[in-house]
Amino acid sequence: MSIDTETARRVAHLARIAVKDDDLPALARELSGILTFMEQLNEVDVDGVEPMTSVTPMRLKRREDVVTDGGMQDRILANAPDAREGFFAVPKVVE
Amino acid sequence: MSGLNTLTIAAARDALRKGEITSVELTQACLAAIEAAGALNAFVHHTPEIAMDRARAADARIAAGEAPAMCGVPVGIKDLFCTRGVPSQAASRILDGFRPEYESTVTAQLLEAGAVMLGKLNMDEFAMGSSNETSTYGNAVNPWRRAGDDTPLTPGGSSGGSAAAVAADLCLAATGTDTGGSIRQPAAFTGIVGLKPTYGRCSRWGIVAFASSLDQAGPMTRTVRDAAIMLGAMAGPDPKDSTSAEIPVPDFEAALTGDIRGKKIGIPREYRMEGMPAEIEALWHQGAAMLKDAGAEIVDISLPHTKYALPAYYVIAPAEASSNLARYDGVRYGHRAKLAQGDGIVEMYEKTRAEGFGKEVQRRVMIGTYVLSAGFYDAYYNRARKVRALIKRDFDEVFAQGIDAILTPATPSAAFGLGEMADADPVQMYLNDVFTVTVNLAGLPGIAVPAGLDKQGLPLGLQLIGKPWDEAGLLTHAHVLEQAAGFVSKPAKWW
Repeated sequence: MSIDTETARRVAHLARIAVKDDDLPALARELSGILTFMEQLNEVDVDGVEPMTSVTPMRLKRREDVVTDGGMQDRILANAPDAREGFFAVPKVVE
Repeated sequence: MSGLNTLTIAAARDALRKGEITSVELTQACLAAIEAAGALNAFVHHTPEIAMDRARAADARIAAGEAPAMCGVPVGIKDLFCTRGVPSQAASRILDGFRPEYESTVTAQLLEAGAVMLGKLNMDEFAMGSSNETSTYGNAVNPWRRAGDDTPLTPGGSSGGSAAAVAADLCLAATGTDTGGSIRQPAAFTGIVGLKPTYGRCSRWGIVAFASSLDQAGPMTRTVRDAAIMLGAMAGPDPKDSTSAEIPVPDFEAALTGDIRGKKIGIPREYRMEGMPAEIEALWHQGAAMLKDAGAEIVDISLPHTKYALPAYYVIAPAEASSNLARYDGVRYGHRAKLAQGDGIVEMYEKTRAEGFGKEVQRRVMIGTYVLSAGFYDAYYNRARKVRALIKRDFDEVFAQGIDAILTPATPSAAFGLGEMADADPVQMYLNDVFTVTVNLAGLPGIAVPAGLDKQGLPLGLQLIGKPWDEAGLLTHAHVLEQAAGFVSKPAKWW
């Protein structure tokens, strides 16, 4: 499976990473190289094998559905690049 | 008293309890060593005030006769662990300026046990790398050099700062994390002990996530005994991590009986790689002979899917990373790109992530995005998870046959020169994980033990792999191997 420039552009956009047009061909080559390495997996007979979901056979723990924490708006916002009036601020999302 | 920074945890603990030294003296010795070791670029955030406060508190606890084993012991913390009020940025530009409002469970447990945090340690960005060269701080440097050669060498990665700091006696021990070999490979490259526990043994809460089904924290120390002591303080169930196991933490140090008579050690034939240096092959044979001399039985075993571990890993880990790293969007923490007039939220995401993530992280996020995208999910991601199930089955079967531990080389080479891999294909760098990555895929405990020097004078390590939750048994074997190998070499100080 080889990745062309258009696919590289699409993947970069899906990953929300800006890539300059000039850099797309090199990116496509690198991604293709890695995918070629992964193609080895096609040699393995995986018929009837369940995909692993948990490496240790354990039942996911449950807890009471209750509020255990909260009331710390200042601390939640302390690291925000832009926080105003108790909210995270971002560019306009809805026209 | 000089040279306190060179003590093992066990020796420091005993001397502290006897009142022969104080934690303040010990901490000052480490802080001075760190000050003098800027050339290693191991510590990237220094916290001397926190260290001295904790040292004084530890001395008070010890004086009161209430001192857990780690009390007063100065340690370094990998930058991947969130530490309250102290920069914790996973060696990434995208977390520039991030000071967590909370403490990871592992570092909180170390703090509770009285350990003294000296600062934060260099690493590969988001733990993605095998040479420490993807760090936003610039690479850490291995204190070891080839005989008669000044070429700077990699300390390995991703826990390269941790490995360099422990090997250079800047701290008594350090925390590391291991997703595909990130504790064991740097430990082997620097002649120290590195233990990756069973998946679920240590809480992942508050550790910046890379690949959540593979990540596990563990100790990096100068001796196997120290690894046993430190793991005891790091491990245990945590309600904040639903994958941490409700299994009691045994006294790992008490397990170091030195008795492995009648134990069965597996030697997996698939780990005999083509082109493996003869020295590593020889060391592997010597290691097996040492365990045999101690009364263990050496058994040839087969792990038939070994060859497929790396490609499976490089599907699964990037897939999980692409999902985990989606949170770095320039909204809640860290870096946000300067926006141009008219830029909307998508441009904010794309520019922020392009500026904030380094090349290797971008590559892995995009590979992960691709293998999870519609139309490729089954062909790559699901297939890789099926192969992962087969790799685990390989191990289950040999353990069911009565194998107690498995002996392999830790790495396919000794430490290589910084920059030597710069022009290599990314896949070439991934081959560093060839002996370690199977252990993460199967969720097993693994330990790297320094076992010898190569002909250039660089340390080489052997890896022991244990049964799930049997860190105690694994440490017992590692202790016997360590005693038999008698590795006592230290890097000649040049920094």
